[in-house]
Amino acid sequence: MSIRLNVLDHIMVPDHKIMSEEEVSLLFSSYSITSEHLPKMYQDDPAVKVIGAKIGDVIRIIRTSQTAGRAESYRLVIKRPKK
Amino acid sequence: MASPKRIGKIEFGLLSPKEIRTMSVRKIIWADTYDDDGFPYPQGLMDLNLGVIDPGLRCKTCDQKASECPGHFGHIELAKPVIHVGYTRLIRKLLRVTCRGCSRLLLSPEEIVKVIGTEEEATGDILSEKDIKKERVCPHCGEQQLKINFEKPTTFSEVMVEEGRKIEHKLTPADIRARLEKIPDDDLRHLGINPTVARPEWTILTVLPVPPVTMRPSIILENGQRSEDDLTHKLVDIIRINQRFKENQDAGAPQLIIEDLWELLQYHVTTYLDNEVAGCPPARHRSGRPLKTLSQRLKGKDGRFRGSLSGKRVNFSARTVISPDPNLSVIEVGIPLAVANEMSVPVHVTPYNIEELRQMTLNGPVRASLDDPCGANYVIRPDKRRLRLAEGNLETVAEMLEPGYIVERQIRNGDIVLFNRQPSLHRMSIMAHRVRVMDGRTFRLNPAVCPPYNADFDGDEMNLHIPQTEEARAEAAILCSVEENILSPRFGGPIIGGIHDHVSGIFMLTNQVRWFSKEDALYLLKHVKMEHLPAPGRVENDVPMWSNKQIFSLVLPPELNMVFKASSCENCDICKKDLCERDAYVRIIDGILECGTIDKKAIGAFDGQIVHRIIRQCGMKRAAEFIDDITHLSIRAIMMDGFSFGIDDEDLSKTEYGQIDEVLSTALLDVQRRIRIYEDGQLEPMPGRTPEETLEMQIMQVLGKARDRTGEIAGRHLGLGNSAVVMAVSGARGSMLNLTQMAGCVGQQSVRGERIMRGYDDRTLPHFKKNDRGADAHGFITHSYKGGLNPTEFFFHAIGGREGLVDTAVRTSQSGYLQRRMINALQDLKVAYDGTVRTTGGRIIQFRYGEDGTDPMKSSFGDPVDVKGIVESVLKEEV
Repeated sequence: MSIRLNVLDHIMVPDHKIMSEEEVSLLFSSYSITSEHLPKMYQDDPAVKVIGAKIGDVIRIIRTSQTAGRAESYRLVIKRPKK
Repeated sequence: MASPKRIGKIEFGLLSPKEIRTMSVRKIIWADTYDDDGFPYPQGLMDLNLGVIDPGLRCKTCDQKASECPGHFGHIELAKPVIHVGYTRLIRKLLRVTCRGCSRLLLSPEEIVKVIGTEEEATGDILSEKDIKKERVCPHCGEQQLKINFEKPTTFSEVMVEEGRKIEHKLTPADIRARLEKIPDDDLRHLGINPTVARPEWTILTVLPVPPVTMRPSIILENGQRSEDDLTHKLVDIIRINQRFKENQDAGAPQLIIEDLWELLQYHVTTYLDNEVAGCPPARHRSGRPLKTLSQRLKGKDGRFRGSLSGKRVNFSARTVISPDPNLSVIEVGIPLAVANEMSVPVHVTPYNIEELRQMTLNGPVRASLDDPCGANYVIRPDKRRLRLAEGNLETVAEMLEPGYIVERQIRNGDIVLFNRQPSLHRMSIMAHRVRVMDGRTFRLNPAVCPPYNADFDGDEMNLHIPQTEEARAEAAILCSVEENILSPRFGGPIIGGIHDHVSGIFMLTNQVRWFSKEDALYLLKHVKMEHLPAPGRVENDVPMWSNKQIFSLVLPPELNMVFKASSCENCDICKKDLCERDAYVRIIDGILECGTIDKKAIGAFDGQIVHRIIRQCGMKRAAEFIDDITHLSIRAIMMDGFSFGIDDEDLSKTEYGQIDEVLSTALLDVQRRIRIYEDGQLEPMPGRTPEETLEMQIMQVLGKARDRTGEIAGRHLGLGNSAVVMAVSGARGSMLNLTQMAGCVGQQSVRGERIMRGYDDRTLPHFKKNDRGADAHGFITHSYKGGLNPTEFFFHAIGGREGLVDTAVRTSQSGYLQRRMINALQDLKVAYDGTVRTTGGRIIQFRYGEDGTDPMKSSFGDPVDVKGIVESVLKEEV
C-alpha cells in the first residue's frame, strides 16, 4: 500500500483538512447556515480517503485561486448515492 | 403580502379507473358532435355537461356561461383494456421483475435485503431490472420464467423455447393487466412505486377520460362550416372503433376479427396520447397533416411549457426592421410615428396634471405629424371601465376627467422604453433607451450600440417594450439604461464604442498632424457638444489654424491623463515614443491629445481604452456623452475627406506584379524540389512524423511564406491613401491578409488544416496526374481575387469556403444549446449580502463570489484595481 500515490502530494490537488467541531460550529454561525447548506463531497473521493474523513465531517479546502490568490472552501462529506 | 411557502414534497401518481369515473360528469357513447341544427348531441363528444364554448348556451354541470365555465371531464368505457403508451417502459420493467405465475418479485427476502438494506438501515435505493437475473425460477412458487420481449410501440410477448425453436406468444393488454393486478403492494414499494397512488394496473386503460370541450374548441370557418379540434377528431375515431368492437364482441365474432379490432383500438388510443411514437405511423388529418395530439401540445419549442408558459406574447410591444441613424445619441432610439401612436403609457390623473391630460384627451388618438403634441388612446374610469377615444367622444371624455381617472397617453420624446434583439444571450441584449419619435417605418439606432445587441442592418428586426408602471420605468432607467451597460460584465471593458466608419473616420482625422481653418474646424465639430474653440494652434498669414489633435481634444474631459499604444502600433523592439513614424504612441495629458492616433484601441467597442478610463474617472453618463461626441465627430471627419473603395484600389504596378510572379514561381519550384527529394527517399523525417507528414508540413510552410511575401509586396505599393489599408491599420474592418488575398495571392485552401486531399483516386480532380503532389494539384491558389481564379482554383476555393460555412453552422447550434443548459442551471443563483453565492434554498455554491468577491463589470479587464490608470492620472506620464 505504501507505493500508492498520495493524491494530496499532487501539485493540482488543493489542501484538504478535517475541521474540528469548534471550527465547524464557528463556520455555521458565521454564515448562519446548517450542514444542509454546505457544498458536498463523496466519502469515496480520493482526497477524502487520504485524510480519513468520515460521513458528516466538514473539510476545509484551501486552494490557490486565479482571482483571489488563496481561496477557502468547505465541504460536507456524504455517502455516494447508488447509480 | 403572503410569506413564501416551502414545498414539502411532490407526489406523482396514476389516475385510477375509479377516479376517472368519479371525476367524469357524463359517459360518452356517441361519436357525433353536433346535430343538423348545430346543437350538441347528448352523450356526444360535445355534450353540454362537458362545458360550453358557444356563447348563449349554459353548461349543464355548473350552469355558467361560456366564458366562465372551466369545463368538465367525461369518460369513455373501453370494450377491452389497452396499454397507455407513456408507461410501456414501466410495464416492461414490471413484467420482467415479477413472476409470470404468482406475480411476486423474483427475489427472495434475503436478496432484497442485499440490495435495499435492512428495515432499520434502508439505503434509500430501489430495485432495478438489473438486480434480477434473466429467465430464472421464481423463488416463491418455483415457476420457470420466460423472456419478455417488447416491440415498439405497444406489443409485449413471451419467448418460449419448444423443441429448440423459439416461439413468441403475444400477451394481450388484458393478460398484462391481470399480472400487474396481482403484484403485492409490499413488492411495489421495493420498486419505488407507491401503491396507494399508483397501482401498476392503472397503466392499462379500461376507461378513457374525455377532456372538456374548453380544451378542444371547434372553430367556425368563414363559410359557416364547423371544424373540429384534432383531439376531437381522435376521440371520434376511438369511439367509433370502440362501438364496432363491442358489436362484434356481442355478436360472437371470430377471434381473428376481435384481435384486429383490439389492435386498431390500441392504435387510436396510442396516437391520441402521442402521435410521434417510434414504430407507429402518425395519425393524419384529411389533408395529410399529422394530428397534434396530447403529447404534441406539451412538447417542444411551441409546446405548452416552452411556448406558452416560459415565453408568451405580450401587449405594449412593437417589432420592426432596424436602420442606422448616426445623428441619434446612443441612449436614444428612433420610433416610427405609427408605432408611437399605437403605444401608450397609463398616467394617473391628479390635480397637478389634470389640465395637461385633458389636453391630451382632446388631442385624441390621431397624431398626424412629428411636431404635434401627443394624444391619448384610452381613458380608464375609476370603476375600471375602459373608454376608447375616437373622433366623436373626445370633448365629453375630456370633460369627465377628474382625479382617480387614468389616461393612456401616447409615447412621446424622452419616454423610456426597453429595446431588445434576439437571441438575448446576455443582459445587454435588452437595454432601456429614450424615445425619439421619427418619420419612416423603422426603428432607428446609433450604430455604436450595435455590438451589445449584435445587430446589423441587413434586415434585422428588433423588439420594443413600454414599461407601464413607475416602478418598471425606474428599474429600466436605473438598471437597464444604455449608460449603465457601456461596461460589459464579461470582462470589465466597454462593449459600446465606435465601429467601422467611426474608427476609420477618427483615424483619418487624428493621424499625423493636419491643420484646419476655422471654417473646417467648425464643420467637423458641428454636432459636438462644446462651447467655444480653443486658441488657434498656429497662425498662418493672419489665418488662424487649428490642428487635428486640438479638435479631437475638445471632446475629451479635461482631467484625462493616459498613455498607450494605438492599434496601428507594430510593436517595434525599441519604441520611439513621440517620434513614432506611424504616430501610434498616444499620450493624453490633462485632456489634450499631445501625440498619437486615435483608433480602435482608443474608442472601439470591446477595446476602447479612452472610453474605459472616462467611465472610471467621470462616470457612465460622461462616457455616453463622449461616445456621442466621438461618433458625431468621426462621421463628420470621414465625410470631409470622403471614403470609398473600388476595384482599381486593388491595382498594383508592373514592378510589383513582376515581383509577385517571381516569389510565387520560386516557391513552386521549391515545392517541386522538396517533392523530388521525398520521392527519392532522401527526405529526413521530423521527430515523431512520417516522411509524408514532414513533406506536407514543409510544403504548407513554403507556400504560406510565399503568400505572406506577396502581401508584403502589395503592402509596399498600397499606402494609407488606400481605404482598405486605412481600415486594416485602424482596426475598423478587415486585415492586411484580406488585402493580400485581393491584390497579391489567395494562397493555400485547406480542409481541417491540411491541403485538399479528397476527390478521385489518388488525385483531387481529373485535371491532374495521379499522385501529383504539386502545389496547384492540392488547392494552392496563385492568383489574387482581383486577377481572377482559374477553374481548378475556383473549385478548391469552394471546398475551403464550404468547410467554413459548415463549421459556423455546427458551432452556433452547439454553443447555443450549451448556453441554454448553463443558463437553466445558473439562473436562480444570487450573491447574498454576506458575499456568498447561494441557491434560492440558501445552499452555498461559492463562499465568496468568484473567490475574490469582485464584480467583473467594475473590474478593469479582470483586475480588481486599475493600478496603471491610477498611477497615470496622478503622475501624468507613462508607467
